[in-house]
Amino acid sequence: MAAEVAAPRAPTAPAAPAVEVAPPITVREWAGWQWLATVDHKKIGILYFLSAWFFFLVGGVEALLIRTQLIVPNNTFLHPDVFNQMFTMHATTMIFLAIMPMSVGLANFVVPLMIGAGDMAYPRLNAFSYWVFLAGAIFLHLSFLMGGAPNVGWFGYAPLTEKPYSPALELHGGGVDFWILGLQLLGVASVAGAINFIITILKLRAPGMTFMRLPLFAWMTLIVSFLIVFAFPSLTVGLILLLFDRMFGSHFFVPAGGGDPLLWQHLFWFFGHPEVYILILPAMGIVSEVLPVFSRKPIFGYSFVAYSGVAIGFLGFTVWAHHMFATGLGDIANGAFATGSFLIGVPTGVKIFNWIGTLWGGSIRFKTPMLFAVGFIAMFIIGGISGISLASPPVDLQQTDSYYVVAHIHYVLFGGAIMGLTAGTYYWWPKIFGRFLDDRLGKLHFWLLMIGFNLAFFPMHWLGTEGMPRRIYTYFPGHGFEVWNMVSTIGAYILGVSILIFLANMLLSFRRPAGEVGNNPWEGATLEWATTSPPPPYNFEAIPIVYSRYPLWEDRHIEEHGVTAPRTATDAISHPTTTQETEAVVAVRTAEAPAEHQAPAEHGEPAGHAGGHTFHLPAPTIFPLVVAFGLLLIAFAFLFAPAVLKITFLVTGAVYIVAGIYGWVKQVSE
Amino acid sequence: MAAVTTDHSPGAAVERAPTGLEGLDIRKLGMWCFLGSECIFFGALIGTYYVYRPQIFANEPHPHHVLDIGFTAFLAFILLMSSLTMVLALSAIQHNLRRAGSLWLLATAFLGTCFLAGQAYEFTKLAHEGVTLASGTFGQSFLTLTGFHGTHVFVGVLWLLACFARAIRGGFHAGNYVGVEIAGLYWHFVDLVWVAIFTLVYLM
Repeated sequence: MAAEVAAPRAPTAPAAPAVEVAPPITVREWAGWQWLATVDHKKIGILYFLSAWFFFLVGGVEALLIRTQLIVPNNTFLHPDVFNQMFTMHATTMIFLAIMPMSVGLANFVVPLMIGAGDMAYPRLNAFSYWVFLAGAIFLHLSFLMGGAPNVGWFGYAPLTEKPYSPALELHGGGVDFWILGLQLLGVASVAGAINFIITILKLRAPGMTFMRLPLFAWMTLIVSFLIVFAFPSLTVGLILLLFDRMFGSHFFVPAGGGDPLLWQHLFWFFGHPEVYILILPAMGIVSEVLPVFSRKPIFGYSFVAYSGVAIGFLGFTVWAHHMFATGLGDIANGAFATGSFLIGVPTGVKIFNWIGTLWGGSIRFKTPMLFAVGFIAMFIIGGISGISLASPPVDLQQTDSYYVVAHIHYVLFGGAIMGLTAGTYYWWPKIFGRFLDDRLGKLHFWLLMIGFNLAFFPMHWLGTEGMPRRIYTYFPGHGFEVWNMVSTIGAYILGVSILIFLANMLLSFRRPAGEVGNNPWEGATLEWATTSPPPPYNFEAIPIVYSRYPLWEDRHIEEHGVTAPRTATDAISHPTTTQETEAVVAVRTAEAPAEHQAPAEHGEPAGHAGGHTFHLPAPTIFPLVVAFGLLLIAFAFLFAPAVLKITFLVTGAVYIVAGIYGWVKQVSE
Repeated sequence: MAAVTTDHSPGAAVERAPTGLEGLDIRKLGMWCFLGSECIFFGALIGTYYVYRPQIFANEPHPHHVLDIGFTAFLAFILLMSSLTMVLALSAIQHNLRRAGSLWLLATAFLGTCFLAGQAYEFTKLAHEGVTLASGTFGQSFLTLTGFHGTHVFVGVLWLLACFARAIRGGFHAGNYVGVEIAGLYWHFVDLVWVAIFTLVYLM
């Protein structure tokens, strides 16, 4: 082992300098391999995060096409069917391919650091989750090339999704089949990822990090993961029944065959309502991290923020039928579900008052992350209030399926989730890439976004109240819809410009000097700021020991470790080690299988390192990607109609899955 | 040697925050979590059957006349016995009895296969009587529910065979049995689901 460690190798540099005659590299030293086979939570986090921002742009373009069609009455910019595809894919993309993976990406990168862990609990499963997510995303988008995207709305109400109304093609299924199978893949990815987060947060916290010292972003990630684990199976079952209806002739949701379309709505919304908390809670967690740092003051009412998250999670499972008031469930059911929905306003309001209380009397610095966090509070309050009004059945009956609902969802999911995630992006970007995002461009981004966002979505409240239905591809002049649609579209364009500025900011940041930020540029309090930016593959050189909620603001910590620099805590936790030692650890991270044979943790006490602690860093492996690819092939097997293709894909997919699992297990058990 | 273990298995040599979960293996906890998710999955499928139940009882032949409850009771007995052999397999391995442990694993897989054979017979018989996915409300909800349970048993049998292949070569012993224990958790869960299905669909 020692010989191997001493062997000269470029530890992390993915590609050798190209100018000189590059020395031959092995496959394992090749940058492509290091990303395809990575099991490092930070690399997987970056993959998730960048994929999510990419799909955010895709969904944004779809949104601009929708708004362009609606800019004037009787517009013919988009064919009605294309319009239907656009609003379906816009919502599906934003929810499943942008907001969720953005939260997962940030959490993947940050949560293990925050809790002082070396990696996620199951690093290989983590890689698997990402590849299945990517497979699902690609599968869903292939529909554009293969006969048209799904066009049934993001909640795919039956019986519109059934074969007579959404036919399949001769060779393969239609857009709805892409939607069903793509969402199944995304569901697998989400549940696997959620289990991983739960176990990571339950089991891998640093010594001393009790639940009441857990950073709030980790708290919210834990809650969201439980929501995913218990909500997604309901969607899975609904999609399976729908698939059987379309492929095997059952009539689960076909009224003519004795089926019950309402069952689809129940199965969908039992998933769909927790889903909105899956989207918003991580953003709430981010805001609860950003506000204290930029107010230089601990969060106000920490345990209230944590437990109100738990309350929201629980109540979130009891209110799904408030999406179904218009189906005529009866007064008692409507009353019960309305009560639950009003109740959720309480813990949500508690959080808002806690955030305001955090700002109160703080020494506030309006850096870009702070602007977005404060913007989140303001916009989320508006979305919350329209949500309360929609929770009342009589109001809902008036507003349902109108633009009022569109306004509400965008205030909570864009003004809420995306604003919060953008705050997190500006906040953690220096930690992730070792470079700042430009603050002046960031402020321009923020103000343009605020103006564009409110111009685009606030008028929708009025449009909805005046009776404009959602999801219509055009409208006639003379109903009073013209002005506000025009304003809304102009707002959407301004919003688009602000996102372009953001994109430019991201790209420009890579022209800044690497390592300009130091360990803790914002004077943050949580453990991710105790290590370098970007962190080394092994995260911390010694496992941090936690004495309080804000370890880096804790003087006692500095005394314990004899580090003199107060508050910035450049090195409050990691002990300096020799370069050789560092390289050794890196070598193990990038090394091949033999490194895995040593000291299985369960048999004996492994040798200590810098204070008697060890980190277990698994070797890179391609097998999670192989299994994910097999699942993609199985999805194609369901998609294609001819038996030859079906069997070919099924068999090949099964071979990939079995071979992948075999290699995976072999590697783990050796 | 570098002071870093690359094995990601449980146990994680590191002392962690007290959670009340210290004794629990990290992989086992993950399995429990997955089974929680599976509860909702089968709950939704059983719920679907119950949504259509009044309609089935009103419009279609009574399930008690369509289903052979005596035969299925025997299948349920087989599956419950397989839970017993699973317990014995784990216990043998925990006591370093490699051959006995391997054999009990094989026996468990065999009983699971018997159950699957019985279910295949049941489905074929029903198909001959005209009960299919497309035949009506009973066929679709019954076959989807029991079919997915059968799929879970099938996956379990493959898993048990993989465990057997490893156990026979001495891959499990008193110091390392978590792999078998987790397969066992899954297997007992699948059994338990059958108890629920048998009670709620066949008997009630």
